Amino acid sequence: MIRPKIAIVDYGAGNLNSVKKAFDYLGAEVVVTTQPGAVAAADKIVLPGVGHFSALGGLDNTGLRDALLQGASAGKPFLGICLGMQWLFEGSDEAPELAGAGIFAGRCRPFPSSVKSPHVGWNSLAVREGSRLLRNVAPDSFVYYTHSFQAPVVAATTAATEYGARFSAALEQENIFGVQFHPEKSWTVGLLILKNFCEVNFREVR
Amino acid sequence: MLTKRIIACLDVDDGRVVKGVQFVNLRDAGDPAECAAAHARDGADEIVLLDITATSDKRNTMLDVVARTARCLFIPFTVGGGIRKLSDAADVFEAGADKIAINSAAVKDSRLIGKIAARFGSQAVVVSIDVRRVNGGFEVFVAGGRTPTGRDAILWAREAAACGAGEILLTSMDRDGTQAGFDCELTQLVADAVSIPVIASGGAGSARDFIDVFQSGRADAALAASIFHFGLENIGQLKRELQAANVPVRWPC
Repeated sequence: MIRPKIAIVDYGAGNLNSVKKAFDYLGAEVVVTTQPGAVAAADKIVLPGVGHFSALGGLDNTGLRDALLQGASAGKPFLGICLGMQWLFEGSDEAPELAGAGIFAGRCRPFPSSVKSPHVGWNSLAVREGSRLLRNVAPDSFVYYTHSFQAPVVAATTAATEYGARFSAALEQENIFGVQFHPEKSWTVGLLILKNFCEVNFREVR
Repeated sequence: MLTKRIIACLDVDDGRVVKGVQFVNLRDAGDPAECAAAHARDGADEIVLLDITATSDKRNTMLDVVARTARCLFIPFTVGGGIRKLSDAADVFEAGADKIAINSAAVKDSRLIGKIAARFGSQAVVVSIDVRRVNGGFEVFVAGGRTPTGRDAILWAREAAACGAGEILLTSMDRDGTQAGFDCELTQLVADAVSIPVIASGGAGSARDFIDVFQSGRADAALAASIFHFGLENIGQLKRELQAANVPVRWPC
């Protein structure tokens, strides 16, 4: 297997050990970094993160935001996990003053009041065919979630999950991928998804 | 559909998994890393590791056990026992835990909940509450169940949630290790009092007990130790029985 260099971006939003450990297990070459230069030097980018959307403010005053946007527009495979996926949208009601990347249209919103929040635990994926990230993932596979805000279903949505309403569980558009759930904590299904990301080819956009 | 979680708990003393009845009479049940991996393969949705005799001179043994257990465990992994301050929590996260469980230290100073949540996120903070029925009420006990606090369990659960806890791990000391069934009344009172998930613990003996605590106890998750370690209840078989009773579970997995 080719070993692309993957940068896991550390902007102070929680504990990244689990994400690194899963890539290590798969034999990928990963670095956890706070440096825009290391992001620019990597073949692939992973933006993880859990907690409050305001934590993503840590990208804005460190030069990381520009490095991420440049990497994304240069066609580098980019995977946003949980908050990292939400960042790909325009923003979130959780921290309205903060701009997301705006790669996907729409905003993240709280769950309807009919269900308990946060959404914690294993829920099933309704997988759309043809996804590279979800290749060989069985249609109703279970994955592990922990989040209080949810992203809308858009054209790039490749899997949806139902909790109060349907939300985007996974997205992909050219080199940009996102998952709301935690693949690093989703047992064999999650490891398969991360392996698929390791195997996605670098692709020039435009 | 969001499923009900089955959590396997490893009570660890000096690097080995042990299990007692009502918090005493410990029996050896194996190596923590091997037990955790076996439970994950059997279909456990999460692993909780509790250091039951946490003393400062054994902290490094504990962190080594956490690191060994976490290395190949790709389901959520919670570690509790002996976490008294933010730096203790940071050490446990650094060793590979996804969540920490705090008990006595949170009762002593509830601001610890918010401090850990501010740095690692609420999802990473489980507040563990040990409860005994006393004079018709539900009283919180600390220090491994040795010390009564005079506090009401439902009020404390509500306060912990308001302070930033992500989940409540609710243990009935009266039922712990007895296999007489979960305390559904206690579980339901707490589950209705907070919006965060409640993990029921103490008393699991049969599939029927799990069905009851999910249906009448309204638990989001249920935790058990001894019945899984000694092979009395296979997690896969348990999940099939839950499915047959229309309790949503992650199965097959």
